[in-house]
Amino acid sequence: MEHYSMNLTLKIWKQKNAATRGAFETYQVKDISSEMSFLEMFDVLNEQLIHEGKDPIAFDHDCREGICGTCSMYINGRPHGPWQGTTTCQLHMRAFKDGDTIVVEPWRANAFPVIKDLVVDRSAFDRIIQAGGFISVNTGVSVDGNTIPVEKEKADKAFAAAACIGCGACVAACKNSSAMLFVSAKVAHLALLPQGNVERKGRVEGMVSQMDKEGFGACTFTEACEAVCPKEISVTNISRLNAEYAMAGLTTDKQHGS
Amino acid sequence: MKWSEFFTSSVGKKLVMSITGLSLILFLIVHVTVNACMWAKIFVPGDNGEVFNKAAHWLGQTLVPRVLEIGLFLFFIIHIVQGYVLEVKNRSYRSTGYAVKMGAKGSKWYRKSMGLLGTLIFLFLVVHIADFWIPSRFGGLNEVQYPDMPGRTYHELYGKMIEVFQNKWVVILYIVGCISLAWHLIHGFQSAFRTLGVSNKKYLALLNSTGIGFSIIVSLLFAMMPVSAYLGWVTL
Repeated sequence: MEHYSMNLTLKIWKQKNAATRGAFETYQVKDISSEMSFLEMFDVLNEQLIHEGKDPIAFDHDCREGICGTCSMYINGRPHGPWQGTTTCQLHMRAFKDGDTIVVEPWRANAFPVIKDLVVDRSAFDRIIQAGGFISVNTGVSVDGNTIPVEKEKADKAFAAAACIGCGACVAACKNSSAMLFVSAKVAHLALLPQGNVERKGRVEGMVSQMDKEGFGACTFTEACEAVCPKEISVTNISRLNAEYAMAGLTTDKQHGS
Repeated sequence: MKWSEFFTSSVGKKLVMSITGLSLILFLIVHVTVNACMWAKIFVPGDNGEVFNKAAHWLGQTLVPRVLEIGLFLFFIIHIVQGYVLEVKNRSYRSTGYAVKMGAKGSKWYRKSMGLLGTLIFLFLVVHIADFWIPSRFGGLNEVQYPDMPGRTYHELYGKMIEVFQNKWVVILYIVGCISLAWHLIHGFQSAFRTLGVSNKKYLALLNSTGIGFSIIVSLLFAMMPVSAYLGWVTL
């Protein structure tokens, strides 16, 4: 693709901290290369702001290669911007044209409070994982490979679910601020594998219970989550979560909470 | 997990919506079948409401449908109340909205509009119950007798229907109700099964097409009722 430069108008959400009200601020950036990534464009803007003695924009980023799930911008009305199956860090400026106005907002959900500007607190996801998104194993000598046979189709499905990077785009896109795609990916990933089978009932009960405590909404299958997921996690995982949950709820005989 | 926890969690509440919704879908099949008796003259020459009135009589006077009717009202109430509770609660999880909305970029409009569609159906339902169910239960309908059933009287529900559907505005309201029902069901039918846990893609595809077909056919048959009466395709 032909290289080109562009001048852009950026409307970016600025918010000092969770307690103060935020507002949009407008910035101009010049000579942005079409080969830059979206976050590199932000680096250019921040350098410019620092030179001008202004407060740079806080945003989350880490690996910048689309696998860590740290970046989280809601760009022009879509989590992670206009490209399908792409994280913000892998979005490149060739997605935009000279003279464009780009509106950037943080993830909006009460369960993801804004820490500063575009950075939101996603530790609710960590607490959901702690409530069951793991398998308990004794550490020690490592097991030989292939001692537990796994059906290829199931392994593929489990792997596709395990691709979830926990970025929270599903919550940001959902009209109900539901975390069901995230939780279902984690539940399905382990439920499909023999290693996850032992704790499957307690896992789904615990994770759904924690999800509700954190203040995420219920799923109404609008499928917005799947449309924006950078890892293209399928909503069929949510069906699987529902089945796992129903099976656990109907068959466990615990009288107390999980 | 206790039963109370099971049915009040976010997944459990959706299960309740799904089970009540699917039961209401079963009711629609019964309802639309009885309704279709209004066109009985296609098969029974000279019929002007006898088959319809007898079918309605059976439904209103037989024990099993009467018992099921209680359950039906209960499920309607649970579905409506729970639906509104979920809608309000789900909306409350995002206090600050987006400046630029996702709009049609994420999901189809009817998938996001179940509350609105449900409200339109609910408004229709109130008028519909006042038009037909209340008079047939609490009186206010003419009585007719048929020669093959001496000594037995039937509500003249057919006549009442023709009379009600002479009003243009009632016909329009019913059509709006039926269109809302179609869209509500197109999402609701398959969504209900996914809430019940159907994740097999073969079955999901089957349920999706069945749901679309069911929604369109049932809603169209319902809508044809006021239209037939208003345009004089069926008369007294």
